[in-house]
Amino acid sequence: MTFGGWINLVLSVGFVSTLFIWCIWRVLHEPEHPGQQLAHIEPVEDKQADER
Amino acid sequence: MPKPQEAWSSKLGVILAVAGSAVGLGNFLRFPGLAAQYGGGAFMIAYFVSLLVIGFPIGWCEWGLGRYGGRYGFHSTPGIFYALLKNRWAKYLGVIGFIVPVMIYMYYVYVEAWCLGYALNAATGNLSKPGMNYSEFFSRYTGAGVDGIALHFGLYDVGIFVVIVYALNFYFIFKGISKGIEAVCKYAMPALIAIALIVLVRVLTLGTPDPAKPAQSVLNGLGFMWNPGDVWTGLKNPQLWLAASGQIFFSLSVGFGVIITYSSYLTKKDDVVLSGLTASAANEFCEVGLGGLITVPAAFVFLGAAGIIGQGTFSLGFNVLPEVFARMPGGQLFATIFFILLFLAAITSSLSMLQPGIAFLEEGLGINRRASVALLGLITAVGTLFVWYFSKNLKALDTIDFWVGTLMIFIQATILIIIFGWRVGIDKGWEEMHLGADIRVPSFFKPVIRYLTPGFLLTIFALFILKNVFGWNFAWGDAARFEPTGYVKDLVGPSHDLVARLSVALVAVMTIFSVVLVQIAGKNWESKPLKEEDR
Repeated sequence: MTFGGWINLVLSVGFVSTLFIWCIWRVLHEPEHPGQQLAHIEPVEDKQADER
Repeated sequence: MPKPQEAWSSKLGVILAVAGSAVGLGNFLRFPGLAAQYGGGAFMIAYFVSLLVIGFPIGWCEWGLGRYGGRYGFHSTPGIFYALLKNRWAKYLGVIGFIVPVMIYMYYVYVEAWCLGYALNAATGNLSKPGMNYSEFFSRYTGAGVDGIALHFGLYDVGIFVVIVYALNFYFIFKGISKGIEAVCKYAMPALIAIALIVLVRVLTLGTPDPAKPAQSVLNGLGFMWNPGDVWTGLKNPQLWLAASGQIFFSLSVGFGVIITYSSYLTKKDDVVLSGLTASAANEFCEVGLGGLITVPAAFVFLGAAGIIGQGTFSLGFNVLPEVFARMPGGQLFATIFFILLFLAAITSSLSMLQPGIAFLEEGLGINRRASVALLGLITAVGTLFVWYFSKNLKALDTIDFWVGTLMIFIQATILIIIFGWRVGIDKGWEEMHLGADIRVPSFFKPVIRYLTPGFLLTIFALFILKNVFGWNFAWGDAARFEPTGYVKDLVGPSHDLVARLSVALVAVMTIFSVVLVQIAGKNWESKPLKEEDR
């Protein structure tokens, strides 16, 4: 492994890892906007599958 | 009373589902091989440029268009295009968005069965027998040696696993968006990453297993892939750009018809910008951060460069790596969990390929979920049986993968980006994308999406056609050569292949069938007024 290889590896893996961790952190810590809710009308029983 | 609509139950859930759709065998098998082949420095520059110019932009556009179309009550590409372009012909532009995921599913589920079957064979020691010929095992197991030979249902044959994965896929897809797809991905994606990290630690601590071959160390294995080489020469090679941008494009699963369907179940108050970025980031982490550190170093340490050069995705995954694990201390365990990892990557992808078809059949034909699942099950079963039987040289799989899983996706992604940037309009599309957004897309992406992304995509598409259809050798003037590739020669000329012709016939039949379905759907849609729901 050359010096250039280390630079390449650290920059590439570092970039994608940092981006991924930052994104997950933002998703988990983002406050809900007013009115932002998911699954508000999803039936919860399997027998209602055809009502979806 | 309005009919209840499907929805995701959490933001993380939809992100994991899209990431699951994207993360597949290519992250762990195709990317490392390409990076090693083209030289890590130039390849990674081209790769990241492609991520910025086509990966992120097309992903955001697809997320945005899907959510926008979902507000009109549509969840399939034909329906969404019909609603957004407000033109009765627009639905036909979305036909590919139905054909692609359905037909890719037909052969992808077969590969998924290999992964599960290999996991069982690894767990029971069948992949670590001394002197084993891995190519021969693969050839018999998958039927790559002879047509029809894989139609066996013993515990160590692929047949039983095709049935199992088929049943699993349709069981989960029947359970719906949040109780099926989301539930699977919430467990499968973290498990996949955890397994990959375990295997990564194992690989990076291999050191130099054979003292007689000191050059075959894990550091040299990393260097084989990551050492930059002659960067400038590499960047002048159009084949490198084609390989890198192609890998980004197919790895992120943009233009498949999946993201547009998945995001159609979101409301305008739900973010798509951060979600789209996160799903792409998850894919890149799995590809560059995990795949890039596992496969090539592991293969290099035990087999040297010769074990890696010229190996395609399937060869690397199902011939080379089993041998690598067999030589590794504790390799039986690591082989088992590695193939479970590949299975998890595959099932999260295959589930995603079913939902666009289900959505279209439900909203286009007005049938309920049971009927749409049954109909799609029948359609895909025909295709899977076809690929499973005509398995010699994986000809049927390879042919459908080229014409549908590669060519058609280029077309669909181009249609998508042009609709976003030019038909909906970049200003309206930009505004739509930012409704409910948790972060803002940097403003320089606006001209990128409108001008650079379509131009770059069309250039890559043209290079792809020139290379893979017309067989251009990327030389100019007197040195230029055009030799139709195998994909063309299989269909026309003296050396045509019957299975390839049958495969293309299947694609043609499926295309005609899809166009008829879209026509029927259109009649249903046109009988009701288009109304944007306030959600």
